[in-house]
Amino acid sequence: MARQVTNRYRVLVTLAAWCVALTLSFPIIWTLLTSFKTEIEAIASPPKFFSFDWTIENYFIVQERSDYFHHFWNSVVIAIGSTLLALVIAIPAAWSMAFVPGRRTKDILMWMLSTKMMPAVGVLIPIYLLCKDFGLLDSRIALVTILMLMNLPIVIWMLFTYLKEIPGEILEAARMDGANLKNEILYVLVPMAVPGIASTLLLNVILSWNESFWTLNLTGANAAPLTAFIASYSSPEGLFYAKLSAASIMAIAPILILGWFSQKQLVRGLTFGAVK
Amino acid sequence: MFQKLTKSSGMTALALSVLAGAGAGTLQAETLTIATVNNADMIIMQELSPKWEKKTGNKLNWVILEENVLRQRVTTDIATNGGTYDIITIGAYEAPLWGKNNWLVSLDDFDSSYNYDDIFPTVRNGLTADGHLYAVPFYAESSFTFYRKDLFKAAGLTMPVNPTWTQIEEFAAKLHKPDQEQYGICLRGKAGWGDNMAVFGTMVNAFGGRWFDMNWKPELDSPEWLNALTFYTDIVQKYGAPGTPNNGHNENRAMFASGKCAIWVDATSAAGYIYNPKESSVADVTGFAAAPSEVSEKGNGWFWAWALSVPKSSKNEDVAKDFLAWATSEEYVNLVGEEKGWVAAPPGTRKSTYANSDYIKAAPFAKTVQKQILSADPANPSAKPVPYTGVQFVAIPEFQGIGTYVGQMVSASLAGTMSPSEVLKASQNYARQEMTRSGYIK
Repeated sequence: MARQVTNRYRVLVTLAAWCVALTLSFPIIWTLLTSFKTEIEAIASPPKFFSFDWTIENYFIVQERSDYFHHFWNSVVIAIGSTLLALVIAIPAAWSMAFVPGRRTKDILMWMLSTKMMPAVGVLIPIYLLCKDFGLLDSRIALVTILMLMNLPIVIWMLFTYLKEIPGEILEAARMDGANLKNEILYVLVPMAVPGIASTLLLNVILSWNESFWTLNLTGANAAPLTAFIASYSSPEGLFYAKLSAASIMAIAPILILGWFSQKQLVRGLTFGAVK
Repeated sequence: MFQKLTKSSGMTALALSVLAGAGAGTLQAETLTIATVNNADMIIMQELSPKWEKKTGNKLNWVILEENVLRQRVTTDIATNGGTYDIITIGAYEAPLWGKNNWLVSLDDFDSSYNYDDIFPTVRNGLTADGHLYAVPFYAESSFTFYRKDLFKAAGLTMPVNPTWTQIEEFAAKLHKPDQEQYGICLRGKAGWGDNMAVFGTMVNAFGGRWFDMNWKPELDSPEWLNALTFYTDIVQKYGAPGTPNNGHNENRAMFASGKCAIWVDATSAAGYIYNPKESSVADVTGFAAAPSEVSEKGNGWFWAWALSVPKSSKNEDVAKDFLAWATSEEYVNLVGEEKGWVAAPPGTRKSTYANSDYIKAAPFAKTVQKQILSADPANPSAKPVPYTGVQFVAIPEFQGIGTYVGQMVSASLAGTMSPSEVLKASQNYARQEMTRSGYIK
């Protein structure tokens, strides 16, 4: 009897998990299906799920009209560049907050987080003018810097959470063995925090890859990443859903594949320290 | 230890190379950056532009954005003198306003081969401020009535050349068969000054209303506005397609093209698409009539033009002007006709296009479109005198905010969540507040 209840419970949980997974992934599945339809079929009512003439024409048209690889390379430079720069600043900051906290450390952490509460558009004009004055409009340097600053609070918070879990005694032991601060961080702390740093890195690459406010507003033709590539297929007049879907799939595919292969790291990183 | 050091120096090298790569994003000389929207005519321009590049040795970098993103992006750049773009695509709303602000280069000095007199006066006036032309038209549109000739014939109905909204409602009532997925009329309902307010704005004109009196006092609580909104709400709720409060141009265009609408009042620029059998199942059974009027024939069809302009911040002004002169010339229209088919030629801008027998043959709706565009008079959009220009919009900077708010209210009326009188009361209050704040009225 007890065994039956367990099986029934398992079936229900599995079904519920499938329902949640399908609901969450439905927009991506629908985008993928739409990218293989003709424009007329893409807006058909009632919508067609699988019974349509499959075509890969949209992908060819998109590649013909836009230079995908130019945008892709910009996305890679901006996402990885801003994340690495953020890590270089955040690792020492998180170390000091975790192991040598001052009286105001908590307040500083909260203040950093509060910068995320301001809508980005509120500082659009000042940042735009700064970029203009420094000759950085439509340049990858500006985006790397701004995305780094934007994600820095999250990076520091995540790293701080991981580092807090590492016993201070280990660092003390390293110091007793004669390690200076640089060696303590580089050869003791960082290797122990690799899972945390890796998941922080992955999450921030994803956040920077998907960022669309600054990447659309500060770029023109040269530094435009994949977000601008997608935006160029939206239109208030004319049929564009199939081509827009193809462009979206091309833009999210690299990051989706990266996320797929690193999902264990991501989940581990995101839930690290959540349950004690 | 060595391995770790190697790894860390490898990471540093990667970071440095990524950051170094980040610096490589600067403009070359003689390369123009052009910001434009993603629609069929602009895509054709992008496809044909290598001919200009080959002829002149210059290069074009294309930045294609959705209309609202483009507007925000270009406004930010131009207002801060950013200089990101050499050529921008703007509409009939922005051209005179930005020209007055001294943000745009005047385009009066193209050489004689450009033939300014060939451009329709309505279109030219719509892009002019203080006697200077600030943008050259790429294509222009008005609105008119699309209807299904086969359904009209089967029901024994005849569409007049110049219908009234009352007649349109009578026809819609007779042809509305929702159980067969055939709707009497398809109209825009999606909130926005360029969406539902384009249709409703012309409806208000037709019902004799106006946005402001000669002292800039809003008149949204006038009987004319109430009559127009009551009519709009009524016709949409009784004979409209489902989901009308959320439908814009694209949704209606798709429905009409797939045979679900008996009547559709919308942009003349959609005629080429509806008439193309590859994209429309009703190409051979669609008829065209003037935009509906009611108590007035003034301002019953809207006026809009997409035009190209050069911001003052451009560092390549002369080369940019050269491209504009090419892309909006008679020669370019002929090039599109020959390479892409005459039905794809940019409509609504030049007299010569409508004198071309190849175009008239390929686009039988051309004469109706021409008549509609020529009859649109942005300086006299209403039966009563007005202090502003613009048919479906008011060419003042405050209009975007007011138009968007009223559009949201009107959409609520169509959805039945507010009554027309409640909508107009709230809209009048908002418009009065904004106009007072901006100093037009006290």
